[in-house]
Amino acid sequence: METFYEVMRRQGISRRSFLKFCSLTATSLGLGPAFMPKIAWAMENKPRTPVLWLHGLECTCCSESFIRSAHPLAKDVVLSMISLDYDDTLMAAAGHQAEAILDEVMTKYKGNYILAVEGNPPLNQDGMSCIIGGKPFVEQLKRVSRDAKAIISWGSCASWGCVQAAKPNPTQAVPIHKVITDKPIIKVPGCPPIAEVMTGVITYMLTFDRIPELDRQGRPKMFYSQRIHDKCYRRPNFDAGQFVESWDDDAARKGYCLYKVGCKGPTTYNACSTVRWNGGTSFPIQSGHGCIGCSEEGFWDKGSFYQHLSGINQFGVEANADEIGLVAGVTVGAAITAHAAVTALKRASNGKAPTTSPDAPATRQE
Amino acid sequence: MTQPTQSPLDASEYVYEAPVRLWHWINAACIVVLAITGYLIGSPLATQPGEASDHFVMGYIRFAHFSAAYIFTIAMIGRAYWALVGNHHARELFSVPLTSKVYWTDMLAWVRYYLFIGPTPKPMFGHNPLSRFAMFFIFLLSSLFMILTGFALYGEGAQMGSWQERTFGWVLPLLGQSNNVHVLHHLGMWVIVLFVMFHIYAAVREEINGRLSLVGAMISGYKTFKK
Repeated sequence: METFYEVMRRQGISRRSFLKFCSLTATSLGLGPAFMPKIAWAMENKPRTPVLWLHGLECTCCSESFIRSAHPLAKDVVLSMISLDYDDTLMAAAGHQAEAILDEVMTKYKGNYILAVEGNPPLNQDGMSCIIGGKPFVEQLKRVSRDAKAIISWGSCASWGCVQAAKPNPTQAVPIHKVITDKPIIKVPGCPPIAEVMTGVITYMLTFDRIPELDRQGRPKMFYSQRIHDKCYRRPNFDAGQFVESWDDDAARKGYCLYKVGCKGPTTYNACSTVRWNGGTSFPIQSGHGCIGCSEEGFWDKGSFYQHLSGINQFGVEANADEIGLVAGVTVGAAITAHAAVTALKRASNGKAPTTSPDAPATRQE
Repeated sequence: MTQPTQSPLDASEYVYEAPVRLWHWINAACIVVLAITGYLIGSPLATQPGEASDHFVMGYIRFAHFSAAYIFTIAMIGRAYWALVGNHHARELFSVPLTSKVYWTDMLAWVRYYLFIGPTPKPMFGHNPLSRFAMFFIFLLSSLFMILTGFALYGEGAQMGSWQERTFGWVLPLLGQSNNVHVLHHLGMWVIVLFVMFHIYAAVREEINGRLSLVGAMISGYKTFKK
């Protein structure tokens, strides 16, 4: 198998450009300059790792995002660095031919290929809600994952379940970690994830031959260790107490913090406010709309996108924490008032403080 | 253990030692600050005019919340220590004798009393069974819950790798995700507010209507039995 470097040279990329790419990659991964030669060495000497990219229940927004990667260009990742051997959306082959490649890679590179999953398997009706090549997707997923070196779960679908797993989840779509339990899974959530985050994760894995450092929920720390809020350029407005109160008010035009109109930035872990989208052009908050928290688990079921206090939907009543608290407070207040009134009445009708027994108080024996 | 005497003077017992009293009022002040600032973090004040650099309203509110939270937590640790070295009343907050038959008999008597269907039960210098139940299951457990979730949320701002995040970060995935923890922390505030309402009402009512001095006891330390 060719190395990355050989492929790049064959494509007419000069050694100078190659070294530039290595240093750029090191920077985008948050690594020091000392890592640049390591990346170069790895790319000159390591054979390319085959990647099998499966699609379950999904909308292909992850693929759409991936092919728009600017640093490194998706072209570089797809053609030079990884050997994307199976991706039914991007590959030229179709039908039996395509499925044959899957089997071929699985036998030839047993235990040495990376499985990337976009979308998730539905489990109801024996998985009939998602059929690939005549068989339920869940079967393909289990089969391909068996001999994979590592598994990347692209997007919120594969990582958390996303919209198809939102209540009431009729197909019982589950994130892939519910189906694959014996392999390391790197979650790259987002709907879709940022292109540079996707290519960055792949580059890291191929260069260093190991999975990136993950947080408690299995997300790469280099991109998911901070909330949108932590690096948001509107954070000074938050700290100052300057908020958009309603859409299109003066504060909205001035670009104040969107917290009061439901921005989920303070509860969302992603790199949008640092990496941004479409080659670093913008991100939702910059365009004047709050974050909807698309990279967080179950973000569809957290109530309105325009209220940052999530709705609590229990007993068929929809309310937020403050509404519930206020009702409980008023109820208890009324109960206390009534109780006090009865106490006062009883006291008045007795004509004196109630004394029943003249005995002294008992102290508890320890 | 002192049994109240049959002297002509009112029987009284030194129930709340100085550290307990100090803790009670520090704790009360912290809860007031925490509830108000916490509410304002969830539902901020009206927008400030002018440049962002001229204001730090949310910053100060959050600072007050976090400072009060640290005091609340440290005071709670101090209170737990006092349960070990203080008198036996100091331990009542941290346990409920759920297996004791006497406890449940007393409990029934107190419930009947509060529902106006039973006679006034024999007063006791310690917590009555109902208040002991509420102290442990509502006040103590929700306080611990608020400390755990609070530090987990604080760890988010303190960033990954901070001691708060390393010590309490596990709470976030345990309860789902950050947003869930925010909501539960918010609900916890309301639970404590309800507890405070019951607590103050019961104490004042007992002071006026019952046979024990209760409100003054948290200042002087002595509970006095009124004949």
